[in-house]
Parts: sequence; C-alpha cells; structure tokens
Amino acid sequence: MSASVLFDVPGPKARVRNLIYSVVGTLAVLGLVGWVCYRLYNKGQFEGELWDIFNYAGIRENILDALLSTLKVFALAGVFSLVFAVVLCVARLSDHKPVRWVAVVFIDLFRSIPLLITIFALWVGILGEMTPMWALVLGLTIYNGCVQAEVLRAGVNAVPKGQVEAAYALGLRKTQVTASVLFPQAVRSMLPSIISQLVVTLKDTSLGFMILYPELLYSARLIANNTPVGGVYPTVQTVIVFGAIYIALCLALAWLAKFVEQRGRRSKAGIVPAEAKEPKEVAAAGGTDLTPVPDAKDGNLKD
Amino acid sequence: MNVLLDNLALFREGFLGTLWLTIVSALLAVVLGLVIAGFRVSPVPPLRIFGTLWVNVLRNTPLTLLFLVAFFVVPKVLFPGINSFVLAVCACGFYTSSFVAEAVRSGINTVPMGQAEAARAIGMTFTQTMRIVVLPQATRTVVPPLSSIFIALTKNTAIAGAFDNVDLFNVSKTLSNDGYDIAVIFIWITLGYLVITYAINGLFRLLENRLEVAR
Repeated sequence: MSASVLFDVPGPKARVRNLIYSVVGTLAVLGLVGWVCYRLYNKGQFEGELWDIFNYAGIRENILDALLSTLKVFALAGVFSLVFAVVLCVARLSDHKPVRWVAVVFIDLFRSIPLLITIFALWVGILGEMTPMWALVLGLTIYNGCVQAEVLRAGVNAVPKGQVEAAYALGLRKTQVTASVLFPQAVRSMLPSIISQLVVTLKDTSLGFMILYPELLYSARLIANNTPVGGVYPTVQTVIVFGAIYIALCLALAWLAKFVEQRGRRSKAGIVPAEAKEPKEVAAAGGTDLTPVPDAKDGNLKD
Repeated sequence: MNVLLDNLALFREGFLGTLWLTIVSALLAVVLGLVIAGFRVSPVPPLRIFGTLWVNVLRNTPLTLLFLVAFFVVPKVLFPGINSFVLAVCACGFYTSSFVAEAVRSGINTVPMGQAEAARAIGMTFTQTMRIVVLPQATRTVVPPLSSIFIALTKNTAIAGAFDNVDLFNVSKTLSNDGYDIAVIFIWITLGYLVITYAINGLFRLLENRLEVAR
C-alpha cells in the first residue's frame, strides 16, 4: 500500500497523533511480550542451562534425523501428489462422462474431508499401525493430489482455445494435444500456485505427529518432555528452535514461488505465470490453506 | 448403520463440538483478521510491522505446532487450569486470522484508487476512509475467499480433536479404540464434516448473491 493513498501526508497535528499511537502501540506490544517473558522467567524457563541441551550431539542428531524424515515424507508426498494430480486432472477433463464423474466425486470428497481423518483412517484401517510413514505419505498424496489437480485444471482451462484448435488442425491426436500443448503451458502458468500448495504439503507433514511418525514435531515433543534440566522442561526452547526450522523451510519455498513468478514475468516466451494464488475454482470449494489474492489491476490500491 | 445408532449421543456431541469450535474460532478470526489488516495499511509504522510479523509468522507455522504451544506451553506457564476449548479456539482463531487478514488486505487492494482519493479529498480521516468508503467495497471481493478460509478452518478443527477436545475426529478415535470398523466410522464422520462445509458453502453463496451489485 503506497502510504499516501489511504491517508494524507501527516501534518504537524497528525504527526504528533501518529507518534502517540506509535508509542502506545509499541508499549502495548512490548508490555504483552514483557508480561509473557516475566511469567516464563518466574517459571524458570529462561535459565541459560535450558539451552545447553542443544549442545549435546545426541539432541542435534535427533533434530537432524527428524528434519530428514520430515523432508523425506515431503519429497515423497510432493512427487506422488503431482503425479496423482496429473492423472486426476486428465480424468477430470476426459471426454467420457463416467470417468469425469468419478474424478469430480473423488476430488470433491477428499478435498472436504480433514486430512487428519484421512491419514488416521489409512493408518488404523488399511495400512496397519506399523507403517505410519506410508499412511502419512498416502494421505498427503490423496489430499494434495486433489487440490493440485484442480490447480492444473484451472491452468489447462486458461490456455487459449486457439492453441488446441491449431494443434488439432496440425493433425495431433488427443493424447498429443494434452501432453505436448496443454499440460506444458498449464504447468508453466500455474507453477507459483503449485509451489504454494507444496508449502501447504510441507506444513501438513506435521500431522505425522498424531500417528506417531517421528518427524520434526514428534521429536520436538520428545525432546521437550524427556530432557528436564534441573526439574524444568525446556518446552519454550524447543518450540522456538523447531518453530524457526518450520518457518525457515516454508519461507524458503514461498520465496521460490515468488522467484518463479517473477522470472516468468520477465521471460518473453509469452506464457505469463499466474500470481501465486489459488485459482477461483479451487477457492470456491476450499483447500486447506488458501491465500487468494484477487488480481489488483493497475490503478487500484496496490502496494 | 449400527455404529451410528449405538453411539448417537457421542456422535451428536462430537458434531456439536466441531460446529461450536468452528463458529467461535471463525468469529475470533474475522475480528482479529480485520484488526490486523487495518494495522497493515495504517499510517502508524509499529502497527504495520506488528501486522506483517503476525501474518508471516502464523501463516508459516504448522497449525499442529500452534496447538502444541497452546496445549503444553500456555497452561503450564501462563494460565494454569485454562479450559481446553478456549485454547483450541485461540489456536484455530489466531491461525485463521492471518489468512483472513491477507484476504481483507487483498480485497482492499482491489478497490479503485479514486475512491480513497475522493474520500481524502472531502476530508475524511484514515478511520473514516476505511470504515465508510474502502471496507464496504472491499467486502464484495473478500467474501468468496472467506468462504474457502472457513471451510479450511472447519477441517483444521479436527486437529483440536487430537488434543482431547470433543469433536468429530475425537469421536472417531474413541470409537476406533472401542473396536468398531474404521471404514464405517469414517463414512459417518465424513458425512458430519460434509454437512458443515456444504452449509458454509451455501451460506456464502447466498451472501455473495445478496452483495452482488451492478457497477
């Protein structure tokens, strides 16, 4: 938001008022933070020794292992969900009515069930309690596959009609048109949205905590509960460390989405990537975490 | 069928638990989201920074981690003996508020610039510009994303069930421990969620139709 659109350039009176607001606001936030810190301090959560647990090689290895198993699930689920999404998307756009309907029902159903319940049902019901990893991967694949399929479909629908007509006119078959004309353009224009959904996939791997898969959150809980230092459990410290890891991972992916979008903007190939957002069709029925950003046209209130 | 009839009271309790949790945290999220969005466009720099931090931190943290903080740090350290429903509402509401704030902010971005300029030209203050001119117009673009945010919220409340809050997921866990077939439980639980999500969808469709104004 360019600062001058919603409010005037502050005059002397407004400057004083803004200064007062600034001071009061800052004091209020600082006061809140200070109060929380005071309570934490009173409970002995700020003892320096509590941080020492992160100096042990064992704990560090634990964190590294947990990070790796989170990334492993994320990688598997990410790849599988994209493959699954292509299959679903093709089915959804099929010329055969029954195939199309099966895809529609499947996508709508699994998008409206909480992922946690899908994962739990897979874990208890089908895969058996010994394989939490595959329950997690499969659950993430099904759910995110459905969402990504809708993203892809929006991309395919956004390809200009002339492209398909030209391809058919050249004598390409249906499969060739889909594989060599529609999908490359759809993927390219939807790449930012696809990566945003991958961020959601990454965050959702933390649901593995519920089915006892030893990923980041699970090991955070383990560390916080099993390494008391002088009778105090280092909950706050572990939350800070693991929260920072999650935020760093997610911001890195989000940054990648932005980078791809901007790089695509600069390219002269003619296909402009959509903004990193969920397409309208997806937003209408709902994914887990949508960040819909309506297109701000030039001349609107925009940053 | 027997699973449902034998445990009707439990299912009802779970359904109402999910419903209440969704409604209360949605209200909290909307109020907080509006305030944070206001902060992010306000003339006061510390508030802008606070808003940006709030949105970026909450949006990039897994909700499960927030629940972990809410259920294991807050009661132990800050408020001993706090109700678990309140904690669940806070976790869900705070998390969702960051998404609401982003939706509102991008809604504000779609209001034509001339509107705000005209409001300023007739001498309105920032609060007046927002309240009387910009926000009412932004509402129309904010409503469709809000519906998907609330549907996501409904699904996210399932995580509260894993932290011993009585809701549909909690019911499914209890029944599965009692030895009922998970497939049958799954169908009924799914139905419960579908009822809520489709109700939200329909409600917002109605709202959208009401708000549709020819421009």
